[in-house]
Amino acid sequence: MKKHHISATINGDEVDFLCETSETLLDVLRDDLNLTGAKEGCGTGDCGACSVTLDGVLVCSCLVLGVEAEGKEIETIEGMADGDELHPLQRKFVEHIALQCGICTPGLLISARSLLEKNPDPTEEEVRFGLAGNLCRCTGYQNIIKAVMDAAQEMRGA
Amino acid sequence: MTEMRYEAPTTLDDAVALLADSKGSTTVLAGGTDVLVQIHMDLIEPDLIVDIKNIKELTAIKKEKGGYRFGAAVSGVELMDHEDFCQTWPGVMDGVKLIGSIQVKGRASVGGNVCNASPAADSVPALIAAGATATIVGPKGKREIPVEEIATGPGQTSLKDGELVVSFFLPNSPAGSGGAYQRFTPRTEMDIAVVGVGINLTLGDDGVCSAAKVALGAVAEKVLVVEEAAAALVGTQVDEAALDNLAAAASAACRPIDDKRGTKEYRIKVAGVLARRVALIALERAQGGQK
Repeated sequence: MKKHHISATINGDEVDFLCETSETLLDVLRDDLNLTGAKEGCGTGDCGACSVTLDGVLVCSCLVLGVEAEGKEIETIEGMADGDELHPLQRKFVEHIALQCGICTPGLLISARSLLEKNPDPTEEEVRFGLAGNLCRCTGYQNIIKAVMDAAQEMRGA
Repeated sequence: MTEMRYEAPTTLDDAVALLADSKGSTTVLAGGTDVLVQIHMDLIEPDLIVDIKNIKELTAIKKEKGGYRFGAAVSGVELMDHEDFCQTWPGVMDGVKLIGSIQVKGRASVGGNVCNASPAADSVPALIAAGATATIVGPKGKREIPVEEIATGPGQTSLKDGELVVSFFLPNSPAGSGGAYQRFTPRTEMDIAVVGVGINLTLGDDGVCSAAKVALGAVAEKVLVVEEAAAALVGTQVDEAALDNLAAAASAACRPIDDKRGTKEYRIKVAGVLARRVALIALERAQGGQK
């Protein structure tokens, strides 16, 4: 079967990969590039566990074909920490125990970062709406919201 | 899954040629938020996927003489980030902003929302109420039709083989016009409309409604344009009596199904209640000088 040769930038690194038309970006990330941070929860864009950014836009990687990544810049959870230093959102998720099983966490962190880039000083309601595309079946969201609000405050230098 | 061919043409002519020449089943790919789900669930198995996002006519948002035009593959987020468009067409944006999560809107296009032909599509009643037309190209050339003529039933459109929606045109409204869309859902986010209502209306200098258009979603096999409901507003100051007549006309036009989101009776009732609320928002926007 003929595969597509795709060149993209992932977390700042130029990456080449081969994929079939039917492979999603999530399949490529997890199965071909061994970037298993993004998770497949539903495969239909409902749960947000596979959230990544594509040219800076938050998307579900299960709803993007691998071939559509040609020439694009992709950011995944693997690029969020700076070496050993966690991103403030990651640190606050740990501090506030904003996770239990952890499946939704990479997607939530990518979504939360995207939200704070657009809106550095969100209200609690804006955080809840902004993260509505990320389902968590463990926590009840309370600590996630606290972590994001706290991280936002720290990132604003307040 | 069988082998699928993927093409991403950069011109309309190439896209039309690909669609027209295809021997097997073909799927147009814009944002992919419906198409990829349908592939994932084995509902469709296209031989050819034509990605239309590299064609400039499909991805532009621009003011033209007499109105606004935006490409059928423009994503919801691109429209939300376009301040002037949002200020000019708040009613259309009411609908666009309700299409799925932020992630979904990062990809999903209005063209896809229209062509997926769900009776519950949130952008469709809003576009129809705003008088939007669609430019369609195909092997026989270009044609322009009102948005209400695209969907013919759930998942079915009037597009012929090889045809493609290129863009939508929103004609400038007269001064004193306003539009709004609201839907009823059990949850505030990430849900599918039980009923959706889009209304645009225009007020004269005397505050009397001189024109109106009412579109109802999720209460029939396709979005309904309800002339009786619009007539209930025209010639009035959109007062209580007019709103009662609007609600009654909206409810009377419904021919919904029973499903897990709501019964027939419930949808018919909600359509009237929601039409009243949406008319009041459209009225407020018309009085505020917004469209």
